[in-house]
This record gives sequence, C-alpha cells and structure tokens, in this order.
Amino acid sequence: MSILNGRLTPQDRSPGAAAFPNLTVVPDQAGVPGQAGVPGQAGASDSVAQQDRAAVRLTKVSKVYGHGRGALLALDEVSLSVAPGEFVCLIGASGCGKSTLLSLVAGLDSPTSGQIDTSGQRVTLMFQEPALFPWLTAARNVELALRAPGVSKAARRARALELLEVVHLGGFGGKRPHELSGGMRQRVAMARALAQDADVLLMDEPFGALDAMTRDLLHDELERICAERTLSVLFVTHNVREAARLGDRVIVLSSRPGRVIEEYAVPRNEPRRIDSFDVAELASTITDRLRLEMSRHGD
Amino acid sequence: MATDLQSAAITGLDKLELGPGGPAADPGRLARRAWAAFWPKVLAIALVLAIWQLVVLSGWKHYVIKGPGPVFADLWGQMQHLQLWQIIEVTMRTAALGYALALVIGSVAGVLVARIPPLRAAVGSIITGLQTMPSIAWVPFAIIIFGENESAILFVVILGAAPSIANGLITGVDYTPPLLLRAGKTMGLRGFALYRYLILPASLPAYVAGMKQGWAFAWRSLMAGELVVQIIGQFSIGQQLSVDQQNLDFAGASAVIIVILVIGIVVDTVFTKADLTIRRRRGLLDTAF
Repeated sequence: MSILNGRLTPQDRSPGAAAFPNLTVVPDQAGVPGQAGVPGQAGASDSVAQQDRAAVRLTKVSKVYGHGRGALLALDEVSLSVAPGEFVCLIGASGCGKSTLLSLVAGLDSPTSGQIDTSGQRVTLMFQEPALFPWLTAARNVELALRAPGVSKAARRARALELLEVVHLGGFGGKRPHELSGGMRQRVAMARALAQDADVLLMDEPFGALDAMTRDLLHDELERICAERTLSVLFVTHNVREAARLGDRVIVLSSRPGRVIEEYAVPRNEPRRIDSFDVAELASTITDRLRLEMSRHGD
Repeated sequence: MATDLQSAAITGLDKLELGPGGPAADPGRLARRAWAAFWPKVLAIALVLAIWQLVVLSGWKHYVIKGPGPVFADLWGQMQHLQLWQIIEVTMRTAALGYALALVIGSVAGVLVARIPPLRAAVGSIITGLQTMPSIAWVPFAIIIFGENESAILFVVILGAAPSIANGLITGVDYTPPLLLRAGKTMGLRGFALYRYLILPASLPAYVAGMKQGWAFAWRSLMAGELVVQIIGQFSIGQQLSVDQQNLDFAGASAVIIVILVIGIVVDTVFTKADLTIRRRRGLLDTAF
C-alpha cells in the first residue's frame, strides 16, 4: 500500500493512479497509515500546491439580494477552491446558496463582494433539468454549443455525433428531446456541456430528478468522462451519498447565510460505488454534521 | 470489463425506458384516422343544411329566402363562369399582399416592443387596444386618407392583422423558459445569436398562433373593406356581395358567403396544420393522438 504525501493531482488520477488502489489523499492524515481510508477533515488552509494552481478560486465571496431591511444575505464570505482535475461536491440544506454560488462562478450573476477567479478558463453549467432546446434534435443541441467561428458544418456534425457516442447515445442523434428518457436527456446535456470544451464543469444537482438506478449508472458515466479529460468539477447536490460517491472533496455549507462549515477529503478507494462501505461511512458522518447544522435553525 | 458491463447496462436501460416502440405500421390506421376527423364535419354541415331547409319549409320570409338546393345550384352555376374565379383571384391577391405586409410590420413591431422596455410601456397596451378595434371602423378613416382604392383596403387589412402577429411574437419572447435562457447564456449565446438560435425558435409556437389569429382578422378586415370600398375595374368578392345585396339576390349572396367561409376555413387549416406540426416536434402534443 502506498500513501502519497499530499494532495492527489489530476495526473495521478489518470490511469497511473490505478496502480495505488488504496490511495489516500487526506493532507492532514497523510503518513498516518492506521488512519488510511477513514474520512478526515481537511484543514481550513489549503495545501500550497492548491494555492498555486486552482481551476476555480473563490475568495470571501458574498452575495446579497435586495437592499435595506429586506436584503437577504445568500452567501457569506465563502472561500473555496477547486484544483485542476479535482471533483468537489458542495452540499448543504435548503437556503445554503448552492445554486447562487454556481451562478456566480458561471458568470450569470456577479458577487456583492469578494473575488471569483476562474483563471480565464472556460466554464460551463449543467442544471437539474436537461434544458435542451426542444425544437432541435439531440445532435443539433450538441452542435449548437460547438458554434465556434471557423468550424465547418460537417466538422461540427461529426464532433457532435462523437460526443453523443461518448455518452452512449450514438444512435440517438436524430431524436428530439421529448423522445428520450430523462436519463438520456441528461446525457445529451452532458454531451452539450462537453461540446463547450470547458475546463470547469459546474453541475447543479444534475441527477436530482432521475431515478436511483439511472443515477447510479450516470455516476459511473460521469466518473469515466471526468477521468478521460482533465475536468475540474464543482458539483452541487442534496444527496449526501452522491457527494461521498463522486467527490474528491466534499464541502458542507451552512444555511441562511451560506458559509463553508466543514470540508471532508474523500479517500479514493477504487472502484467506488454508491453502496461501498467507505462511501456509506463518510455519508453518515456528513449527514450528522448537516443535521447538527439544521437543528440550529429549529429553535 | 467493468466498463463494458457498464455501457451495456446503460444501453439496456435506454432500450427499456424507451419502451417497445410505436405500434406496428397499420395500413388501416391512416384511413381510420381520416374518417374519424371527417365524419364530425360532415355531420355539422348536414345539421346546418337541415336547419336551413326547416326554416325554408316553415315559410318564414318565403318571398326572399331560398333553400340549400337553389343556393347550391346558383353556386354551381357561378363556378362555371370565369367571373367567380376572377373575383376570387382579385380578393386573394389583396389578401396575400395585405397579410404579407402585416406579417412584416407585425414581426418588426413585435421584436422591437419585446426588446425595448420603454417601447413596451408606451406601445404594448396600444397593440392590445388595436386588436379589440372592429376593423370596419377603420374603413371611413382609410378612405379619407387614401381614397377609394386598394391602398385603403390594404391599410384596413394591415391594421387588422398586424397587432395579432406582433402580440403573438411578444408573448413568445416573454414565455421563453428562463432555464433555456440560462442554458443559452452558459453556452455563450449573446445578442443577435441569442435571438437567432434561442429566443425566436422558442417563440415560434406563440408566433404561429398569432399568425393564425392575424389571418382571421385580416380576412375579416378584407371583407369589410371590400364591401365598402368600391374600386372601379377591380371586381372583388366583397363587391360581388354588395351587388347581390342591391339586387336582393338571396341565392347569389348565399353563394358568395359560402365562398368566403370556405376560403377562410381552408387557409385556417393550413395554420392549424403548421401549429400541430410544431407542437408535435417539440413533444407538446399527446402522442396518443
């Protein structure tokens, strides 16, 4: 068994990393063999490596909606970062401003104070609903995202079909969204997101509306797709197990206002499954923490 | 191997979720559907004719009112003559020109009003107000401005149809789902591209509904205009009707009214067809139909 000292870099995650099946990437506990595999808390300060090259960095980001007495503080000095190739899950009860946070990172909205640095990388956003254009076929939906200047129509078409192939929808390019199942539509949306050739993928509860069986399969799909390219992912979810299943790191937010209250590094025991012991254990730790936070609002 | 199983599972689940596919091609199905659409219309026409015949049999105003038999004989007779086809041509040409102009003016106005908030505040309610205006009321006004010529009729037609078309487009733009707008913006659609690839296609169903309503208003306005505006040397459907009125020709007038009705319905069917096609493509139609 080999324990690396420090954070797992994206290079480590590609095929080479498979050589270390029980790789643990908890900085605080690195070098403590007995603790390997036990979810731990990452310290408040990020590792130096991460400081240097983050794909996304939020520094004391606050967002206030409205003015005066009716003003609502949605996010309160949230600081977090996503390393290149890292998969970070954001979890929190209702009102933690998760979706607000993603909108800010996607540039659809601007923060009231603080800085968001995506270091000029391309960012794309996926929603809970596929948000496909119903008047276009699956292939055309993907093509529309490829509308870069100087690319011929034929090349775009070919690339769109290629991307549909990646999400196992090779034969469905000619179908319109309403002719596909929910899981298939979400995969078309994923192909569309990939078409934007983004470095950072923001996902707002993308599997929230799907049944459990489909969701499990899509977890595997997403993991495979992210492993094939250096995608940095910020993944928002209500589902603790999903966060523990997918994330390299899970960040817990408080509610009203949203603040970072806890951070869990996830040991990468491959292959991870939604029903693995490690995932279940981490999930219950996170759930306890979330319940504690929710109880604060119960008084 | 795990990935092979995984992709097989996904493909399998897709197949299961899409179901066994549509019912097998059934040659009798089309005929049955055509019949199902056909017989209620035949029944409706038969009912109208029966009531009409009953009125004739009752002897009410028997000195003018004629039954369906003589009226259709008159219509058949007119169809043998070139004149009926000529007046239909004149009227349809005006209708096409007027509607095309209304389409351009309504669409431009619609985009501008939808796009520029102050313009919406200023003009939005006026457009709705124009829609409620009876088109016949514009006729004297049009004659004052243009005199008794085709321009006056076109003016009335445009005023009748353009507001509906503009309103349809504005509604479509307003009802563009915010989620799609967010998706479009994350995909980098901005300015003109946002309109070209997202907002206008998303507005299409409401736009077509506006065009359909616009046609109904245009046709109505055209008939009102033609009844009043007498253009020398251009004999139209409306003028024919007005001549029949002066001659107290019940059969002739009824025949013309049937022509007006049929043209109106036929064109409306085209719009309905377009509307259904769009909705079917977008999955807004119950597929069991």
